[in-house]
Amino acid sequence: MSEGTRLENANPVIFQRSGERVQTASEEDEDVHDPIDDREIFDILSINDPEHPLSLEELNVVEQVRVKVNDAENTVGVEFTPTIPHCSMATLIGLSIKVKLLRSLPDRFKIDVCITPGTHASEEAVNKQLADKERVAAALENASLLEVVNQCLSTRSI
Amino acid sequence: MAAESTLALSLVEEFVSGLQDSKAKDAAKGVKDGKFTVLQLVEALGSSLTSSQPHTRARGVHLLSEVLQECYGDLTEREGTPFSFHILCWHCTASCKVTNQKCFQITAFLYPYMSSDDAYSCQGAISTQHFFLFFSTVEVLIAFYENRLKDHYVVTPPVLKGLKALTKCTNLPPGSAVSMLRSVFQDIHVQSLMLSERACVYSMLINIMETREAELKGLGADFVFGFVQSMDGERDPRNLLLAFQIAKNLIHGGYDLGKFTEELFEVTSCYFPIDFSPPPNDPHGITREELVQALRAVLTGTPKFAEFLLPLLIEKLDSDVQSAKLDSLQTLAACVSQYEHKHVAEFLQGLWTSVRREVFQTSSEKIESAGLAALTALTSCLSRSVLSSDSEDSLSTFLDFILKDCKHHLCEPDLKLVWPSAKLLQAACSASTRASHIITVAVMPSLLEQYNNRTQCSHRRTLLEVVQRFIHSVKNCQSSDNDESVLLAFREALCSIVFSALSESNSSLQITATSVLTSLAQQAGLLVESDIELALDHLTRLLLTEEDDRVSLAVVECAGALAQLHPALVITKLIPKLKKEMFTEPMNQDQEEVSELHSHHAVRQRCLSALAAVSIQPSVVQESTPVLLEVLRSAHTGSVNFSVDEVVLTCRSLQRIAERVQDSEEAGRCFHDVFIPHLLSLALQAALQGEGSSGTRSPLVEEVVLSAMVPVISTSCSRLQPTLAGQTASRAVSLFLDGDVSFLPDNSFPSHMQLLKKQEGDSWSLSRLVCLLMGSVCSLPRSVEVPQIDKLLSALEEMSCACSHPLSYTSAAKCFAGLVNKKPQGDSLDSLIQRMMKRVCSELDSPSSSVRTQAFTLMIWVAKALLLRYHPLFTTLTDKLFSLLDDADLGPMAADGFSLLMSDSTDVLNRACHADVRIMYRQRFFSENSAKLVQGFNAAPQEKKPNYLKALSNIVNKLPKQVQVTELPALLSLLLEALSCPDQDIHLSTLSCLEPVLVNPPQVLIQQLEALINRLLALISSPAMSVRIASLSCISTLSHFPVHEVLPFRARVLRALAKPLDDKKRLVRREAVQARGEWFLLGSPGGR
Repeated sequence: MSEGTRLENANPVIFQRSGERVQTASEEDEDVHDPIDDREIFDILSINDPEHPLSLEELNVVEQVRVKVNDAENTVGVEFTPTIPHCSMATLIGLSIKVKLLRSLPDRFKIDVCITPGTHASEEAVNKQLADKERVAAALENASLLEVVNQCLSTRSI
Repeated sequence: MAAESTLALSLVEEFVSGLQDSKAKDAAKGVKDGKFTVLQLVEALGSSLTSSQPHTRARGVHLLSEVLQECYGDLTEREGTPFSFHILCWHCTASCKVTNQKCFQITAFLYPYMSSDDAYSCQGAISTQHFFLFFSTVEVLIAFYENRLKDHYVVTPPVLKGLKALTKCTNLPPGSAVSMLRSVFQDIHVQSLMLSERACVYSMLINIMETREAELKGLGADFVFGFVQSMDGERDPRNLLLAFQIAKNLIHGGYDLGKFTEELFEVTSCYFPIDFSPPPNDPHGITREELVQALRAVLTGTPKFAEFLLPLLIEKLDSDVQSAKLDSLQTLAACVSQYEHKHVAEFLQGLWTSVRREVFQTSSEKIESAGLAALTALTSCLSRSVLSSDSEDSLSTFLDFILKDCKHHLCEPDLKLVWPSAKLLQAACSASTRASHIITVAVMPSLLEQYNNRTQCSHRRTLLEVVQRFIHSVKNCQSSDNDESVLLAFREALCSIVFSALSESNSSLQITATSVLTSLAQQAGLLVESDIELALDHLTRLLLTEEDDRVSLAVVECAGALAQLHPALVITKLIPKLKKEMFTEPMNQDQEEVSELHSHHAVRQRCLSALAAVSIQPSVVQESTPVLLEVLRSAHTGSVNFSVDEVVLTCRSLQRIAERVQDSEEAGRCFHDVFIPHLLSLALQAALQGEGSSGTRSPLVEEVVLSAMVPVISTSCSRLQPTLAGQTASRAVSLFLDGDVSFLPDNSFPSHMQLLKKQEGDSWSLSRLVCLLMGSVCSLPRSVEVPQIDKLLSALEEMSCACSHPLSYTSAAKCFAGLVNKKPQGDSLDSLIQRMMKRVCSELDSPSSSVRTQAFTLMIWVAKALLLRYHPLFTTLTDKLFSLLDDADLGPMAADGFSLLMSDSTDVLNRACHADVRIMYRQRFFSENSAKLVQGFNAAPQEKKPNYLKALSNIVNKLPKQVQVTELPALLSLLLEALSCPDQDIHLSTLSCLEPVLVNPPQVLIQQLEALINRLLALISSPAMSVRIASLSCISTLSHFPVHEVLPFRARVLRALAKPLDDKKRLVRREAVQARGEWFLLGSPGGR
């Protein structure tokens, strides 16, 4: 982030983190089956933003209410909200979310990632791109794109 | 004589022509031992030194230099004529053999160094016979070496070596150091030399700078110039460390840099920021950090560099490389500590812009905190400067920049930049009192106004947190002087927002408010008494009404902080209210409303923890403990209804008080006169009642309560002063041995109680009181002598072997062990242990015995007591313990016993109880016994092997991490075996041993990677979820192994990890998600 590259949105609104999930007694019980729920998917999505050292949660890009999971029917739906309506990173954020879910969920799930309706200028185009399996696969063949996605998904060290 | 010179000659011959380097050592040894003198060596060298072959000359000089390097100390001692005479002889012979001309050259060369008389007497002395008499050895050698610098380049390395040896001479003749340097600078181009020769030149400079500082300073800037020339272009890190050291000495030693200041800066700053990663297996062990520190010491050493350094730092801060930014910021913070405002004035705007950018847009905490530290340093540099009437006040100019850029962000508490701005302002604020005045006055009113205007709780909380950090940073800069607080003007406004926040219903706002309150109270002289009273009222109200655990925790903490500062107010305001609340019976008792009861229980719980938290000052303790003891007494008599839980909590609070109260005579009296007798008396009353009637049982009869009382007694006893401790010991012993109850309050006990004798009908309500005896006599300082100890020990031994009640026999065993641990070394101790072992062994060896468990318990505790003090008889007990691993019934128990031996016990035999605990007893036990264990494992029948593995993993698990890492490789195959045996406990404890080792994997582990991964992947489907979690977390750590080692396993691991993603337990899935994510990143672009 040198001086040359200006941030698109240098001073975004910050939202509070929801805190660690409280561990319940039933979660520690060997015999109880814990279904995959919205919160669990939401916790998986604590991804770093490509521009800010903040998680998508703190930027309100991902909210728990916009995560829908149906364990029985094997579907997961995530809607994300770019910080500004013409955010050029929208596709990248969507792709990161998609990749993270693909890596973290059993393959029985159908994963649907799209932009929260009415929050982005080129909403349709992005949604179409994210829904297209082949385009997602092709994007991940692209080494430099994969590199950015992986950086979002790795826990920051320095 | 002849023999000596032949010896020297033969050594020279073998070194020069035979090229045997070892002969140099022999020659040096010969000189040192006095077998021959340097003279004779030099004579012997004659022909090689004057040879026409440069390589032979180089060899000759090499030998001489090597010898000098070893013997430079001897040289100075024997300085004087005899030696120089011989040198002379050598020169003469040499000159005769070559040409007379050469001799003349040498004479002419040495001529300037002679005094006029000497010169006169030597004039015309072509033979130079007497000429050299006037020179000391060192001078002659120096002259010789300086001259040789002009020789063929192959001669140069040994010559430099010789010069280096000469610079180590403590009494170089005046002027010679300078002359040496001049010739080196003149005749040698340092950077075209090899690595080790360059190092030689640098060490020469360092040596001379140490001993001949004044002479070098006389050289003026020439010396600096010479050095700059010789280090210009240096590339080797080892030499750079030397060169940086010289540069640092130049700067700190006050050498005249003259017109070469910029040159010196240029020649060193070109390495900034250091970019160096040592090659793997680097034998020199130079780290990047060393180089960074060395260079930083040079660059920040003098304000003369300011005009060059600051622009460089601004430029490097623009870099994309994180480490460059970090280094620049740290260097900035270091350099300004030497500067005055005139040095930084023209760069302020640039520096501020760069620092602000780094903090606003940072991606790493390290850079952020380095940026803030740099800002603090810069501000304090500006605050230090003395103002003159005509110059502008650069501090306020600079703070104006900061305020202009940051203040407005504080008005947007929901945007990202509010925190970076606040941190920048606080960093500047904490630099000096003046800065904190300027910034607080500018910022505080708007923050307070904001707080009052905002309605959203999250905004208010952010503002309050910002305020708190300002209070904190103001505190930091005010520690020394007693000025009145900067915040005094805002006292009322601050108090009012804190109290209003405490009255809000939002819990996070309340929590923040309590910490603001604590910070305010810690500002000396800020709050007045009425503020504290009001604060205590608010805290009491929250304690009694607020259900949220986090809030009550914060409130309790805040009350504790206030009690430290204002004990009197806490005694009058807080404690009576808490007491009243605790003794109120819950309302509507008839209706038995569960929730009501529940909330009442919660209130009592909070009151108890608050009472414990405020009791640090002895004066408060004297008020709070009677309340707690009163609770216990009422619970026992039943006058007020307290649940068992509440009674246990009361004991915990008492324990916490005993731990935290400040050491003083007062506190000791309180323990001795109040705590201990009251607790013993209550326990005894409850035990007698439990034995007698049925009816309503006192909660004090419960075993949990009794167990909670033990730490109260033991903590109090461990903190007693020696005289009181002695009294307590004799009281406790006479109570338990003789039934002497005279010191107990409420004395209505039957006489002649036999607490340690077997009770009629095997009743254990009295016998288990032995745990209280353990609490008192085992926690006393080691100097205190326990009376009637032999009688006591045999009673305890009897009880621990005969009683059938677990708490009773375990406590008796622990008590026995605690006393054995402190008993002085000697025959009586040895015979005591042998007697006990005899009894224990006879019980253990008869399979039909009903008290085998008891005997085992006694043995393991005594073993621990002996292990801790390194008693030699310990091995007898361990051997028995090892043999029990094969026992059908006691085998698993013996395996668990190893965990007891290796872990710290909470109630006896720890350092807090003044037990005799030697350092590293665990390592010692491990190193003495691991081999036995491995042997036993190999010899054991298949069905007994798990016991050995369990014992091993119990031992390894408790070893300190560093030891585990070094010892584990040897045990690796056994541990891998443990992972494939069927016992889940063994899996778990082995995995927990392995995990720390995996962070820094030793080579052995990497060799066994295949086996390790196979076993871990198998454990992913273990029926126990804790094993699944632990193995997944190990697999996650494996992904950080060297990439080329683990990459071959990537596909297999990813496939295997797909399954636990659908595990039925959420905690397992979470771990699997983490591990699979890491493994996906492995070997992928942007990953690892």
